Amino acid sequence: MAWDEAAVDERAQAFLAEHDPEEMGRLDFLRARFDAGLAWVHFPEGLGGLGAARGLQAVVERRFRGTPDNNPGLIAIGLGMAAPTILAFGTDEQRRRFLRPLWTGEEVWCQLFSEPGAGSDLATLATRAVGEGDEWVVDGQKVWTSGAHHARWAILVARTDPDVPKHRGLSYFVCDMEAPGVEVRPLRQITGEAEFNEVFLTGVRLPDSLRLGEVGDGWRVAQTTLMNERVAIGGTPTRRTMIGLLGETWRERPELRTHALHQRLLSLWVDAEVMRLTATRLREQLAAGHPGPEGSGMKLAFARLNQELTGLEVELLREDGLAYDDWTFRRSDGVDFLGRGSGYRYLRAKGNSIEGGTSEILRNIIAERVLGLPSEPRVDKDVAWKDLPR
Amino acid sequence: MSEEAQSPMTLLYTEVEEELRAAVRSLLTDRSSPSAVLAHVESAATTGAVPYDMELWKALGRDIGAAGLLIPEDLGGAGASAREAAVVLEELGRAVAPVPYLSSAVLATRALLGARDEAARELLGRLASGEVTAALAVSFAASPYTPPHPAVTLGADGTLTGRVTGVIGAEVADVLIVPVSAEGGDPALYAVDASAARIKTVASLDLTRPIATVSFSEARARPVGSVAGVADALLLAAGLLASEQLGVAEWCLSTTVAYVKERKQFARPVGSFQAIKHRLADLWLEVVGARAAARNAAALLGAGEDAGVAVAVGVAQAHCGTVAVHAAEECIQLHGGIGMTWEHPAHLYLKRAKADEIALGTPGDHRDALATLADLPGPVS
Repeated sequence: MAWDEAAVDERAQAFLAEHDPEEMGRLDFLRARFDAGLAWVHFPEGLGGLGAARGLQAVVERRFRGTPDNNPGLIAIGLGMAAPTILAFGTDEQRRRFLRPLWTGEEVWCQLFSEPGAGSDLATLATRAVGEGDEWVVDGQKVWTSGAHHARWAILVARTDPDVPKHRGLSYFVCDMEAPGVEVRPLRQITGEAEFNEVFLTGVRLPDSLRLGEVGDGWRVAQTTLMNERVAIGGTPTRRTMIGLLGETWRERPELRTHALHQRLLSLWVDAEVMRLTATRLREQLAAGHPGPEGSGMKLAFARLNQELTGLEVELLREDGLAYDDWTFRRSDGVDFLGRGSGYRYLRAKGNSIEGGTSEILRNIIAERVLGLPSEPRVDKDVAWKDLPR
Repeated sequence: MSEEAQSPMTLLYTEVEEELRAAVRSLLTDRSSPSAVLAHVESAATTGAVPYDMELWKALGRDIGAAGLLIPEDLGGAGASAREAAVVLEELGRAVAPVPYLSSAVLATRALLGARDEAARELLGRLASGEVTAALAVSFAASPYTPPHPAVTLGADGTLTGRVTGVIGAEVADVLIVPVSAEGGDPALYAVDASAARIKTVASLDLTRPIATVSFSEARARPVGSVAGVADALLLAAGLLASEQLGVAEWCLSTTVAYVKERKQFARPVGSFQAIKHRLADLWLEVVGARAAARNAAALLGAGEDAGVAVAVGVAQAHCGTVAVHAAEECIQLHGGIGMTWEHPAHLYLKRAKADEIALGTPGDHRDALATLADLPGPVS
């Protein structure tokens, strides 16, 4: 059937009339919600959805407000990256096995893409997967893996053929994080804490049934994952902002003000306002069904602005800026950016122009895909991966 | 044109606005290419004529109806809003078109709309039809935050005497709209036939919109009402200037992008070098922001509500003024030697952008105003 707003709303109401989360418990409630097709309505029937338009999810969320949720912060990588990739490239069996516990939060996912030797140039990655019968043996090192210490599964890109050019020799797997040979170590950052991990893979044996997509097609599969990552990064409006916080400090501490800082503050206030208006206009374009290329610029603008604002805050605070709230080495599962001290904010913001595509790569993307400028000559294009200088 | 399909607060362009843009762009493409503008400016310089293209102005003001966009329908205008005027200015900026639109259809028109006397209404009717062109005798460098005290005084015999510098559009105006201070009385707005004033064009940085010194010596004048509209005219023109600056920046960006795709050095297009790509990506992002800020100012000015207008204008001017200059400077630099020649039209845009940066408040003036508007006061002592 074709789902419209009324029909989806009716189904959500009917479900809630028959299912009491207090009585059932959180997990059974979420499983039942998935089975009723009310997890993500744009997914197919039987996989937590109704095959309805993506926009109708808002109708469901309105009805389910106040009911137990699946802790979307903790399972963001599963929801935003693994799920769309499994849906697009998984076999029926893989979709049935993975999507339900992914959505309910029973199984947390992480991402094994970046390596110490493969950051911006992800396709040059060196983690090897060698076929042995109906198994793959994986060896290598991954890095910048958030949530690896909670994860049951990972999405993994590994090299299955070193004798062809780099983009063609990759395959995409689901990695069992409980398999022997998987070692997760926290990676301490300049802020003192560890948001991320290093993951060492030593002789990890994965059955071929955990492969997503064809052998050698891993790059194309990874594009689906990365496209969804950029959408996820671009689309979250927050109420409290860095410029708002800095403005509060400025008003509350008149003794700290100087003419030089005042000029910088006003410039950045204008920049923040221009960014807010750009984001507003972008959302209007999306709502009107005309997504503009402006989206690719938002992360670039955000990184620069956040870095300048946090730098100004430390300087404004003078003696308080010399202090640091907490250097304790510990894992942190989320970034409480505005809740921490100014020194933390300054240091953490340095990652804004590196994570999820460096600002330099984003400028290349804008120049080539939006402005249509020619790419740099590629020396690695037709060379077998094993022959590339590394 | 007053009916809009979408909410007036949208930052996108409505269908009506896109139609107006298409009409203006088509006219400018036919009649006012950058090289034609350059030729026009040059021939004016040799013959001592003004650089304005009055045939083009007639087609834009009368035939397309741009002259009367901001004038209410009951006075013979289109009853449109600042949003539509902004779209016209984007196109005029993109073409650095030498027409007195900003001076007559925005500045002088808005000042007269606040004057309210019957004489002002009568004059607005003639402005709307494009029959008359006017100029506001206030310096183009005036800031909306500190409008200048009128430099022209009213004599006992009702004539005007005084001198106003930095005026745009006076050379081609039929009527000058003059704020006048009267001894012991309130300032008032007067209309003076251009033939009763001495108008001396100054050699100007902006070749396509020069400034002039306007002098009155016992000039016959008629009162048209209150000067209240002058401050509003400066704020409106500052907000709309952001759209002209957006148009200037867009031309500079797209012309530069096209050039670096063609120009080859070291056996490859110079646009394939990251040193150039990254500069253009950053410039593109600035222009994207300029569009959002300029649209926001036009939307709030058009909605006719006071709340938020001043902030929107301040933000748009502080950002767009700088972006237009940056775009024009990048255009010159990334064209290399050819960008430095008189023959290439890039300099027309640089001169317009730099003059626009000063016009109606510098970016610094607008940021200073925002300190108050956004409650971010300066040091205590």
